Amino acid sequence: MSAVNEVRDSYDVAVVGAGPAGLTAATACAAAGLATVLFDEQPAPGGQIYRAITQTPVQRASILGNDYWYGARLVRDFQASRAQYVPGATVWSLSREREIGVSTGGAARLTQAKRVIIATGALERPFPIPGWTLPGVMTAGAGQILLKSGAMVPQGRTLLAGCGPLLWLLAWQYLNAGVKIDAILDTTARASRSAAWPHAPAFLFSPYFRKGLRLMLSVRRRTKVIAGVTGLRAEGNSRLQQVAYRTADGAEIRLPADTLLLHQGVVPNVNLAMSVGIEHRWDDDQLCWVPVVDGYGGTSVDGVAIAGDGAGIAGAWAAEERGKLAALAAIRALKPDTRQDILPDEANIRLALAKVERGRLFLDRYYQPAASFRIPRGDTIVCRCEEVTAQQIIDTVALGCTGPNQMKSFLRCGMGPCQGRLCGLTVTELMAQTRGVPPAEIGHYRLRPPVKPITLGELAALPKDEAAIKAVVRG
Amino acid sequence: MFQRLPDAGDLAVAITIDGKPVKARAGDTVAAALFAAGIDHCRTTPVSGTPRAPYCMMGVCFECLVTIDGVGNRQACLVPVQEGMSVETQRGKREIGR
Ligand code: FES
Repeated sequence: MSAVNEVRDSYDVAVVGAGPAGLTAATACAAAGLATVLFDEQPAPGGQIYRAITQTPVQRASILGNDYWYGARLVRDFQASRAQYVPGATVWSLSREREIGVSTGGAARLTQAKRVIIATGALERPFPIPGWTLPGVMTAGAGQILLKSGAMVPQGRTLLAGCGPLLWLLAWQYLNAGVKIDAILDTTARASRSAAWPHAPAFLFSPYFRKGLRLMLSVRRRTKVIAGVTGLRAEGNSRLQQVAYRTADGAEIRLPADTLLLHQGVVPNVNLAMSVGIEHRWDDDQLCWVPVVDGYGGTSVDGVAIAGDGAGIAGAWAAEERGKLAALAAIRALKPDTRQDILPDEANIRLALAKVERGRLFLDRYYQPAASFRIPRGDTIVCRCEEVTAQQIIDTVALGCTGPNQMKSFLRCGMGPCQGRLCGLTVTELMAQTRGVPPAEIGHYRLRPPVKPITLGELAALPKDEAAIKAVVRG
Repeated sequence: MFQRLPDAGDLAVAITIDGKPVKARAGDTVAAALFAAGIDHCRTTPVSGTPRAPYCMMGVCFECLVTIDGVGNRQACLVPVQEGMSVETQRGKREIGR
């Protein structure tokens, strides 16, 4: 454990996030003798994919599966390295000069790095259906985190709904743990499936193909899957009581439910990268903002790279390789005379990367969620923090708002504590649809530091030098 | 509604939730401990007063805001439980002075 006062004034390399990309990046940089720190918001290393891998209370290894336990190696290598690990640390600001504001345990510090590698990974795509704010409704990822980190599983009537690999993986893990799943409401869109077929041949050679198929068959054998779901509603009085769903043939059906786990894919967690002004583009396959990066994760901001799913969704195995590539660029820049045998082996990395990225486009297209699940209407809540509905946002377009930044000054949408993480994509697509222009033209919220709320007390407790005062004034 | 798997280990950490004593597992986050204790919601919203519960469990949604040891608006899904910790669910806006 490392407290905030162990954070030094400067480092060669600062890595943010301890998932596969952050772990391999920090390990490689430290191996080359660079003074390396890894800041992680979670209490233990592994990111979300290998969450709690050093301390999970899940006893039977077969519940979580081999692909989870594989992550232990990455953590072991990292722990054996000389990189400093700061868990429970929230990075709330990053400047173009690579000054980092970080808080842990209620105290804040500023530190400086020659290179920054952002490895903040992915978050689940918003799933704005009516009733998604009711207690009893949560993301499939949240359900999986409770399983990995607390050996906790839903009790009572349990429904999973949505589309994407994580939904099936969670179902498989729950069934392995003996959880009864009442039904999986599969929202995979017919149009997306057909759009994916041209890319199927490439996917046959993906390591994900056989695994995915086996897992889905195993789930289908053991639980009821309702395919072709085109509408979903969570209902209840102050907590979830039932889920109403609709399929293509129109009839609405209600299922009683205590827990509804929602998932429709993951998207890059862009807040920190956007706040430092890194250029992003709209990705028409993944339907989200993706930072513009070079072959080593380098961005439009000098000395700041992005590795892993934060640079575009490609999965955990790719993240591991992309972390090494970002490290390689940092080592070459800061210690060009590093011996070849200490440097990550680029040829090998590129080979491994090509293998795991093969057929990715098939997955992206196949699981592209239907517009009706991405772009809500009426009084469905879009911004959970400020309780702003789809219709309210549509109305601001009629008032002349062209993008999220004008809109938010009317509605406070996106200005709550989550800072647009749970509504940003919905707002962009909703405004694009209403105005009849591409999402790229609408843009995203302008994000500024602090990218996570911090208290005045934390700021006031900063060591009072000029940098500290500057940070507060700028913030 | 969540329950622990039978072999999930000892509940060795004593905390209080809204004054009631609760046992948690070392390594639980406060949000996990809330679920394990059967707490249905951890706050009501400042805007309309509707109940909310942790939604993402990974620090992005801020639905899990609670008061921990007197400090309001802490993200329950990011804070590990500690012996003697006092957790209070939040009603509406944060009360002045916290
Ligand atoms: S549950 Fe989403 S931030 Fe804690």
